[in-house]
Order: sequence, then C-alpha cells, then structure tokens
Amino acid sequence: MTNGNWPLWEVFIRSRQGLNHKHVGSLRASDEEMAIENARDVYTRRSEGISIWVVLSSNVHASNPTEKGPMFDPAEDKVYRHPTFYDIPDEIGHM
Amino acid sequence: MTKKEDEFQAKIDRDIKIEPKDWMPDAYRKTLVRQISQHAHSEIVGMLPEGNWITRAPSLRRKVALLAKVQDEAGHGLYLYSAVETLGTDREQTIDDMHSGKAKYSSIFNYPTLSWADMGAVGWLVDGAAIVNQVALQRTSYGPYSRAMVKICKEESFHQRQGYELLIHMCNGTKEQKEMAQDALNRFWWPSLMMFGPSDKDSPNTVQSMAWKVKRYTNDDLRQQFIDMTVPQANFLGLTIPDPDLKLNKETGHYEFGEIDWDEFFNVVNGNGPCNKERVSARANSKKNGLWVIEAANAYAEKQRIKKKVA
Ligand SMILES: [Fe+2]
Ligand SMILES: [Fe+2]
Repeated sequence: MTNGNWPLWEVFIRSRQGLNHKHVGSLRASDEEMAIENARDVYTRRSEGISIWVVLSSNVHASNPTEKGPMFDPAEDKVYRHPTFYDIPDEIGHM
Repeated sequence: MTKKEDEFQAKIDRDIKIEPKDWMPDAYRKTLVRQISQHAHSEIVGMLPEGNWITRAPSLRRKVALLAKVQDEAGHGLYLYSAVETLGTDREQTIDDMHSGKAKYSSIFNYPTLSWADMGAVGWLVDGAAIVNQVALQRTSYGPYSRAMVKICKEESFHQRQGYELLIHMCNGTKEQKEMAQDALNRFWWPSLMMFGPSDKDSPNTVQSMAWKVKRYTNDDLRQQFIDMTVPQANFLGLTIPDPDLKLNKETGHYEFGEIDWDEFFNVVNGNGPCNKERVSARANSKKNGLWVIEAANAYAEKQRIKKKVA
C-alpha cells in the first residue's frame, strides 16, 4: 500500500422510504468504521438515507457480462410466470 | 472494424450503457480516462479559489452556503475518481498525473478570486457553465460516468443559485458593491466561455467522441446554450456583459458574440495562467503532507484486525 491507497469499499444506502439498500457508489477507507463515516459524509449529506452498508469491493462477485445471454435469456420465454398470462373474467374484478 | 467493435458500436447506437467489465476499444477507454480524470481534477482544484473566501464570508448565511458548496465539490471529485478507477487505473496514479502536469483540469480555476463578488460570479457563471456541460453528460455512454453525472447534477443547482442570489444582493447594494459585481463579471465572462473548450473546428476528437456518445453535444453548441441562458440573467442584475459584439439574432433566437481570445485559452491550458503554479503546488503539497495520515490509519486498521483475530 504505497502512494497512500486505502482499500476500496462499495456503499449501499437505504432511504427513508426505501425497502432495500441500493448501491450508490464507492469510496476508499482504511477500515469499515471509517468507510461508514465517510459514506455518511459523502452519500447522505441531504438526508438520502437512514442505513448504510459498506462491503469491501474485493468481496463482491459478479455475473460475467459476456455470458449475459445464457444467464438471463431463459427467463424471457416464460410468460406463464407473470399474472397477465392468466385469463380472469372481468366480473371477478381485481385479482 | 472487427466484430467486437461492431457489437460495441451497435450497443452505443441503441443507447445501451457500457459497463466496466464490458469489452471496449482501447481508444474509448483512453478517451474516458482522460475526460473523466480531467473532470475529477477540476472538481478538486475548483475548491481552492472558493476555499480562499470561506473565512472571510460576510455573514453566517453566506459562510454555510459556501462551505456546503465546497464540500459538495469534494464529493463530486470522489464520485469521478471512483468512475475513473472502474476503467482499471490506479487512483493515486491518476491524482499524481495532475500534480506532474501530465493531466489537465479546467483552465477556469487558474484565475484568482480577488473580491467577495467573485464568489457570486463563480457560482453563477462557472457552476452555470459546468451545469450545462454536466446535464448533457448525464446521457453519456459509460455507465459509471453517467451515474456520477446524475448525482452531481442533483447537487449542483444550489451552487449556481447561491452565487446568483449573492450577486442580486450586491447589485441592489451600494454603488461600490455593484461595481465589484460588474468587475467580477468582466473578469469571469470570457474564461467561463472558454470552459467549453476549443471551437469545434479546432477540436479534432469531437467527431469520435460524439460517435461513441462520450460527448452528446459539441463544444460550440454547449457554449451557445450557456450564452443564451446567461444574457437575460445578466440583464436582470443590471450588469453589462463585456462583449461589444454581443447581440440577439432575432431570426435564429440565439445571441451572436465576439471572438474568443484562444491564445489566452491555450496559454492558460499550457500552464501559464495567473494561478497554475499555485493551484498545482497546493494540491501536490496537500497530498505530500497528508500521506502520514493515510499510513497511520492503515497501521491502526491492521492492528485492529490482529486484535480481533486474537480475541
Ligand atoms: Fe461540482
Ligand atoms: Fe458546483
């Protein structure tokens, strides 16, 4: 760690109305405590959140962008997983 | 074009964002690193001319506004350095490139802020010009850059408003205050127009950047947009824009304006503006003098890790 680098952290914030934590960006900090403090100063200066998660970027594992097809295409032709696939008579109303 | 390049361009044509791990041509990556890092450096160096006035703000209201604005700019720098980093560069190396003169930042910050009215002119004109540029860049093709722009634009609008409000007060104040405001406009008008970069005919990279949607409008288009927006605002303040050739073309609906002094522009870009040396050395010294903090925090974190393991 020459030249002053701290480890990279990914920041997730849950807003007041938000149901889940959302990725908002990243920052560098020496440990998790500093990462949370810095995340508060950088990402919640205008009351954007009431809960913060930080995760070391090196601990994030992602799906492979070049395999998008085989990974996500199988869901595309499965219309029967959606409510609109099923016919319900109008007189039943909302279901 | 290779098949990969074709697919890449097809994605861009369909407005699909390019993400860090996606394949991209080397030249696209290089263009982004240059443009985003230059943008990041501008946010950080831009804190200096305004930081200069925080302790001398004339009221608490003005002081908290200026403090909050300068703090925002630090955040903008961080979002953008993070975006550059996703392209596989080393953050500290990126920063060092600015200190060594290899990387540039916006030439506007090489002008001094001489009076309190300059805080108004900077917010109104410099942030105003930055907003025009950044609003357009929200639709840039690289995902992390685009998302940083969306965030930045949300925070940016108060920057311009606080500057303009400050000038309204000065222009409605004493004769001396109004003269200070006019003097600030005289000094910042032309450098603000230069913020959009060289004219299209002297900007050889524009065509490729537009095809890649790294840029969404040309320098001249954005400059015109800024002028058209700003002239009525100057009129409202009762200030005179220092350009005798400025006039509204009734047919086009756009303002025509005088020749920009491009010699001055290139002179400042090449390091010979009034404050270039001061700005770069302030940044380089700040890093040099702060390195021990970074190392100390690392040492502390390491100790804590060991302690946790033992416990
Ligand atoms: Fe900014
Ligand atoms: Fe700003």
